[in-house]
This record gives sequence, structure tokens and C-alpha cells, in this order.
Amino acid sequence: MADLRRLEGREKVTGAARYAADVHPPDCVFAVPVPATVARGTVTAVHTAAALADPRVLAVLTHRTARRLHPVDDPALAVLQSPKVAHRGQYVALVVAETLRAAEQAAAEIRVDYRQEPHDVLLTEDHPRAYTPEEANGGHPAQRAHGDFAAVYAAAEVRLDAVYRIGPLHNHALEPHAATAWWQDGRLTVHDSSQGATLVQETLAALFGLERDRVLVVSEHVGGGFGAKGTPRPHVVLAALAAQEVGRPVQLSLPRAQLAAVVGHRAPSVQRVRLAADRAGGLLGLAHEVLSQTSTVREFVEQTAVPARVMYRSPAALTVHRVVAQDIPTPSWMRAPGECPGMFALESAMDELAQLCGLDPVELRLRNEPDREPDTERRFSSRHLAECLREGARRFGWADRDPSPGVRREGRLLVGTGVAASTYPALVAPSTAEVRAESDGTYRVLINATDIGTGARTALAVVAAEALEVPADRVRVDIGRSDLPRAPLAGGSCGTASWGWAVHKAATGLRAEPGLGTVRASTREEVKALDQSYARHAFGAQFAEVQVDVDTGEVRLRRLLGVFAAGRIVNPPTARSQLVGGMVMGASMALLEESTMDPAFGDHAERDLAAYHVAVNADVPRVDAYWIDEDDPHLNPPGAKGIGELGIVGTAAAVANAVHHATGIRVRRLPLSSRVLLQALESAHRQGRR
Amino acid sequence: MREFAYLRPTVAEEAVALLAASPDARCLAGGTNLVDLMKLGVEQPRLLVDLGRLPLDRVAPLPDGGLRIGALVRNGDLAAHPAVRAAYPAVARAVLSGASGQLRNRATTAGNLLQRTRCLYFQDVTKPCNKREPGSGCPAREGVHRDLAVLGASDHCIATHPSDLAVALTALDATVELLGPDGPRSLSITDLYRLPEDRPDLENRLLPGELITAVALPPAGPEVRSDYRKARDRASFAFALASVAVCLTVREGRIADAKLAFGGLAPKPWRARAAEDLLLGALPEEANFAAAVEAELAAARPLRDNGHKVPLAHNLMVRVLVELTERGGHG
Repeated sequence: MADLRRLEGREKVTGAARYAADVHPPDCVFAVPVPATVARGTVTAVHTAAALADPRVLAVLTHRTARRLHPVDDPALAVLQSPKVAHRGQYVALVVAETLRAAEQAAAEIRVDYRQEPHDVLLTEDHPRAYTPEEANGGHPAQRAHGDFAAVYAAAEVRLDAVYRIGPLHNHALEPHAATAWWQDGRLTVHDSSQGATLVQETLAALFGLERDRVLVVSEHVGGGFGAKGTPRPHVVLAALAAQEVGRPVQLSLPRAQLAAVVGHRAPSVQRVRLAADRAGGLLGLAHEVLSQTSTVREFVEQTAVPARVMYRSPAALTVHRVVAQDIPTPSWMRAPGECPGMFALESAMDELAQLCGLDPVELRLRNEPDREPDTERRFSSRHLAECLREGARRFGWADRDPSPGVRREGRLLVGTGVAASTYPALVAPSTAEVRAESDGTYRVLINATDIGTGARTALAVVAAEALEVPADRVRVDIGRSDLPRAPLAGGSCGTASWGWAVHKAATGLRAEPGLGTVRASTREEVKALDQSYARHAFGAQFAEVQVDVDTGEVRLRRLLGVFAAGRIVNPPTARSQLVGGMVMGASMALLEESTMDPAFGDHAERDLAAYHVAVNADVPRVDAYWIDEDDPHLNPPGAKGIGELGIVGTAAAVANAVHHATGIRVRRLPLSSRVLLQALESAHRQGRR
Repeated sequence: MREFAYLRPTVAEEAVALLAASPDARCLAGGTNLVDLMKLGVEQPRLLVDLGRLPLDRVAPLPDGGLRIGALVRNGDLAAHPAVRAAYPAVARAVLSGASGQLRNRATTAGNLLQRTRCLYFQDVTKPCNKREPGSGCPAREGVHRDLAVLGASDHCIATHPSDLAVALTALDATVELLGPDGPRSLSITDLYRLPEDRPDLENRLLPGELITAVALPPAGPEVRSDYRKARDRASFAFALASVAVCLTVREGRIADAKLAFGGLAPKPWRARAAEDLLLGALPEEANFAAAVEAELAAARPLRDNGHKVPLAHNLMVRVLVELTERGGHG
């Protein structure tokens, strides 16, 4: 199959693609939410008279006036149901008006009285209310141990004990969370910027006490999500509530300044990694202990210590998550939850260990390759990390590297290179799909998958065309509607594997029996029957080159190279884009992204893209992604592992390791800002080490 | 955003009359900062006076050999202008280091000089800010202030002035031409800005109804070497952690004239007079540069999280001075 260009590319670049807030049904009005301005307390009064004095204002919803909703799993969706304020920025009212400007103006005029209570928002390492949860996100046990780590560590010849810190991080998709909703004859239609219309449909049906088929959710084009749109968020519930209240279609698009408080973010983490090794770099013991933060609304614990259960052979291992529930916005999924922050710590620690042992960091990793998944002793369905490391080293020119830190100078710049490994589980979920033969000789694929910019549409066209044995231009793909065959959301990097499996099955069925005209398939039984004796993960190796200005501490990325082993790559152009995008986001996390919990107010202070720095073009001069042809028969018919998240994993560590190589300074905290580097360079200078 | 009236005068006097008659009016030039502030509710003008039709978008030579830049010259055009690039490279470099290409194509010369601080508390109307609401307090002092001022701040305000262009113009001794209800006048750019003291809401010395019509640059002598350099974490589209502008004249092996300015450190572009005085007549050597800059920065009063700005500004300024004297040319 030839490389297929993004099917909806033309629609996107010409502006024809319609996103959730591009839908303007007749008589559509606008809703603007009002965020709480205290971090903890109770709403005692909402003064709405000034807002309602404007004749264009149709309604103001508050916890007193909003319709009662049925409870669902995520308490953050119980919007305007209680006067309690669990964090600053939580919505306490909603204005609906004829125009967006009128709604904004009225929202600004609403005054809210609170009975304020003292709040607790800062993650401290000795927080008295820290606890070990039952499990971390993804159903992972919070704690795992094998062997006697303490004894092994105490006796080891080489020991590393290091603490790594990452602040809160925010998804900040280009398209903010938005929804347009209307009711007709007891039916609810919602266009939502979401990673999964099926889940939004089910959740809205539950909240409003409706049969599922009375709710239609459309997410045809989505301008990024990175996990923040994986589960329904408060905006879509507010839009539906408001539309019901005023009896007209309602559009609600969240201002970027509100996103940090209501759409989820990556919680800050404090990660202690202890490694015990012999002099040759053979790991004897590994402990990865993580403390993170959740809200009082819902427990969300990122599975940050989980990749340490997958990566390296170690006779003794201990992986622990602890969390503290505070008066903060509820954290949620952000690209590669767990693997991304966890691998920053683990892969930084491996770099430190390589140095302690006087070993090349690539060689150290190769020496610790396990033959089975260390935590479970299961066989790997496929694991080509070693090949990624070797191929990456070859392409990057790693062999020419002088291992000594802090010695390569170009004028006022210090230059260095670094490596890190990446991993992400190869997940799959049951899906249904339908394939129809049309009278004009084309085929239609129908499945409620979501394309959040990943190229999902295009990959599914490739899968269908291959199974049907027809050119891809004879396949049309309909996705992004909850009345299409049910499919899991775009998350966990399992879209192509899960949706593709169902599409493959339906298409194969139709090719076998063309007379049927239409074949609908479900993979429920096949997914259930998957051989659980295999551990399924994708792997990769990331290489980075950086320069650090000795006068300013400014760090600039020079190049980034990744080699990945992720099963069969279904469609190279869109896959490369996914991997490069993940790497850019990882570099952004390493160097730029900084969010500050304001202790006095209890919110994240950086509230726009001018203050919360994500990488721009000038920050990513050269990023290359390659892959190894990996044939894994234990996955799914398309043979695919996920790639949506793999690219971000390990990137931050590769960059941080490169900064260490450039400067001789080990920074165990992100981002690697000028502020941090300059202070370290100045203090090294004062100590005469530079 | 609150609704507003919108007028587009075609002559400057008409704009001045509109502004003088309506204290709630704001001038709209490129809109790259004002419109953001209106969306945030920080600015709520009743009237927007769009200056876009005023004939103030020319760059023209002055009889004394200087250059006059119209108030409405777009930043992108200013940076690309041959006369600016040839004689005032620090101006071109300062402008190009600001914002993004898209913003520079909209932003104007005078708008750049009058843009407001990006202090996070100033931008958030749900929090106190003495600049926005005098007397309400300054939570930045104890709060998130890693980008805020180390020089010239007061107990009432620690905001930084965000402009790059203003820093270069400060080192060039530019003059700002104004038009008000009582006619034209001009101010040195260093007199345009005020320090916050106990009135951080008063940022400049424009009188009610007054417009900036142009910026006049003095002649760039053939011996003057100038440069602008900005440090920032993001390689583009980021405000300065610290920036420096230098105009230096070395004659017979001694520093005959030195004009130095810092950006990103203070509530206004910071003219480094103490350092300049020390450099006059000195040998152009790194040790002398370092001593002069250190003397200037002795006045710095960093807070908990912005102490890095002091060594950063120091290193940047010394480096630019060394490079200017070593390579002996313009930036």
C-alpha cells in the first residue's frame, strides 16, 4: 500500500472542516461559564440581577436553579449541582445570552458570595495526608515488589539515589474544549470537541436520564486533545443543560484562561529512583517511588512508576505510587500518562548510573535488557529496544561521542548529546465497525472512531483498502458520530489497533462474501480471547543534541532523533507526523513548559500560550523519526502497536541527559530553563569547575 | 468583552479631540495587546478610536541626519526598513526579537512603546493588582514573580515593561513626538515612562488626549557601534528574561560614549547611567565592562524567584560590550 496522505487535509487547510464551535444551528445562543474565585468553600449567594437586566440574557444557571443531574463516575461532571467549591476555577454559574459578547459581559457582572475555607494546594514531599491508593490509572496496582530491594541496595557496589521533580503540565490543544448542543423532541444532539463520541453519548445519557439512542454526539474534527478530551468534560454538560433550559441550541467554547482548571492536567510529581548495580552496570535492584497530587473531587493517580516494571532486568524491584488529595483542579490524562513523567526519572537515573559505572549509556541499557517482562515474568510479544538503540546510535552518529561531560565548547556555547529509551503499552479494546459496498464500486467504512489530528481516518482507509484489496481512493471513511458503530475513544494509543481490527474484520468478511453488501463486525470475542501470557509494549530510543549558552543558561535543541519499534506502521506519513509531534511535545516539556500553582489563590498562574510556553517552530530545528519493521503476530490483524504517545516518552530524559553532557550539570527538575541552568552554571563557575 | 463604540478618524487632531472628550476611550493601533486586554476584561473602553487611517505610517529621514518613524509603522516594516537596518541595527534586532511574525505584521511603533505589562496578576481580573485597581494590593510580590522586576520596582508594583523596541530606543536616546489638545510637543523616551512608586497605574507622562505621532532617532554617527540582545527560554514568541541594548563609541582606544539600556528587569526600559558614567574614558576591556555593569546592578533588589535576572543581565551586557569592541562593527 502506497503512503496515503491525510484524507481530510484539504478540508482542514481550506477551513472547510467543521469543528464543534463551527456548527451554528438556527437560533443558536451562547453560554459563558463563571468560575469560582476561591480555592475552597461554599457558595452562599449568586447575584444575578445585573446580568439578567440585559434583555439579551436568557438565563443564569446556578446550583440553585440548574436541573438535577443523575450521578456518574466522574463527580467533576456534576456541574452546578452543589454549592461546594472544591477548587478555584470550578464553575459556579452559567450565563446564556443571545450573543457571545452579551454572555461574556453578563458573566463578568455576576458576583458570587462565598463562605471561604482555608485551602491546601502545594504538593510537599512530607505531606501528612499522602497515602497509597488502591490502584493507579489504567488499573495498575499502586505498589509492586519482587526480591528484597532494601537488602540488595544496602549491599550493592554501585548505588544511585536521586529525586526528580516535574511540575504540573497542561494539554493545551489548539482547539479549546467546545460544544454546541440542542434538544428536539426529547432528543439531545451535541457537537463536542472530544476524543470519543461514544463515551460522551453514554455519559450524557446517564446524566440526563435518557436512553442512549436519544443522544447523538458528533466529533467529526477535533483540534487536538492529548488526553484532556478523552473523557467528557464539564463544558459539554453545561451546554446540554443550558440548551434544555432555554429551549434553543447553545454553543459554549471555553476561553483558554479557564482550561487549566476544568479539563485536567498532568499532576506534578516527585520521583525518587534508587538503582543498585554491580561495577559492570548490571542492575541488581531498582526502586521507583512516586508522590503526586490529586483533587478532592476525584482520585486520579498517574501510573508514573509503571514503566519501571517493564524496562530493565532487575532481581529486586520496588515500584510505589503515593498521592495526596488537595484543593486543586482535578488532574487527568495527558499524553502518555505514567510512561511520560516516569521515564523522565528512570531514564535520567540510567544516565547517571552509566556515568557512575563509566559505561556508555547505550551500552548500559543493552546490558540490562530483560528476556521477560521483569514485573510479571511474561514473554514479550515483541521487544526490539536493543535494535532501536543500535539503529538510533548509528543514525545519530553516537559512536563519535566523547563521553566526558562539559568539555565541548563552540564559542560561548556548550554542546552535548544524550539518549533515553521509550516505551508504551500496546493496548487494544473491543470495537465494532461496518463496511458497505456501494453501487458505484466504492466502499464505505462506518465506525465511531475519532481523529484528533492523529491521522486515524487515513490509517483506517489503509486498513480497509488492504483487507478489501482495492485502492485506497475507493474507500470512504465515516467517523466521529455516536450513531455509527460503537468504538472506543481515541486514547491509550490503541485507536489503529482497536478500530483497525474491527474494520479489518468487517472488510475481510465483505471480501469473502461480496453478496452481503454490508458487513458489521465486532472484535469483542477476539479481544477477550487475546493470549494474556504475553506482555505487549512498543519501544523506542531517543537521541538529542543541545547547546547551552554559558552567559545566559539558554538551552536550545539542535536535533532530536527517535527510532521506534511499534509493530507494523500502517501509514508512514501520518505515523511519522505522530511520532515527530510526540517528540516535539517531549522537548517542549523538557525545556519550556512551566506551570506554577499559586499558593495564595490556588490556581495555575500561567493561563495563556504567551505565559505557558509550548515549543514553537524555532525551538525544534530538526526532528527525525524512524522505525524498525516489527512483525508481531500476537497483536491484532493490522499488526499495529500504538504510536500516539510513544514519541513523547523518553524525550525529556534524552534532552536532560544531553544538557548534562553539555554542561556537566545534572538537573533533576523540569523544565531545564535558563533560570535553573544559569544558576547552576554560575555556581559551578564559582566553584572553579568550569 | 464589553461592547464599545468605534470611530475611525482620518486626521490626528480629530483623534486627539475624540480622546480628550472621552476619558473612557482607548486608542486602537495594531490591537495586538489592547484587544487581548479587552477580552480579559482588563480594559473596558466605552470608545475605541481606531488610528489606522491616520497618515502616520512613514519612515523618513530628518534634516539633521536622523530618522523619523511614524507612530503607525508596523513592527515588521520597521525591522525591514533599509535605513533602519543600515544605521540602527539595534532597532531592527530588537523588533525582530519581539513577538511572532504574525504579531509584528500588525503591531505598530507607538503601540509597541505603550503596551502593558504581562504580569499574570495584572492580566487576571479576579485577583488584586495595584496597577489595574490602585490600592487593591500586589500579590505578585509573594506569588509568581519569576519574570518580574529587580530594578525600579516598588512595594506597590513589580511589573516589568515588556517592549523590546523601547529598550533599543532608550539606548539610542530617541525622542517621542506627541500631539495633544494643546498642540505638539516632544519628550525624550527616558522621560516618557514613569516608575511605579505608589501609583503603578500611571505608567507614562502622556497627558489626557495625547497621542504619540512619531519617534525621532538622532543621527547615527559612523563610529557608533550598536547591538541588541535578548535572553529567553523559548526561541521565539517570548518576552525577555533580560535584554540589553548598547550604543558604543570608541575613539583612540578609549570609550568616548556609551549608552546602555536593560529590558525585562524593570517597570520601564532601564537606562544604565551609573555604568555609562564609569565607562566614559575607560579602556574597552572586559574587566572594565564587568565592573561598570556590576555597579549598575548593585541597585537590584531581587525577590524570592527572580534572582537569576541579575547575573543574566550582567552576563548579557558584558558579552555584548565585549563582542562590539572585539568585532568593531554594528550588530
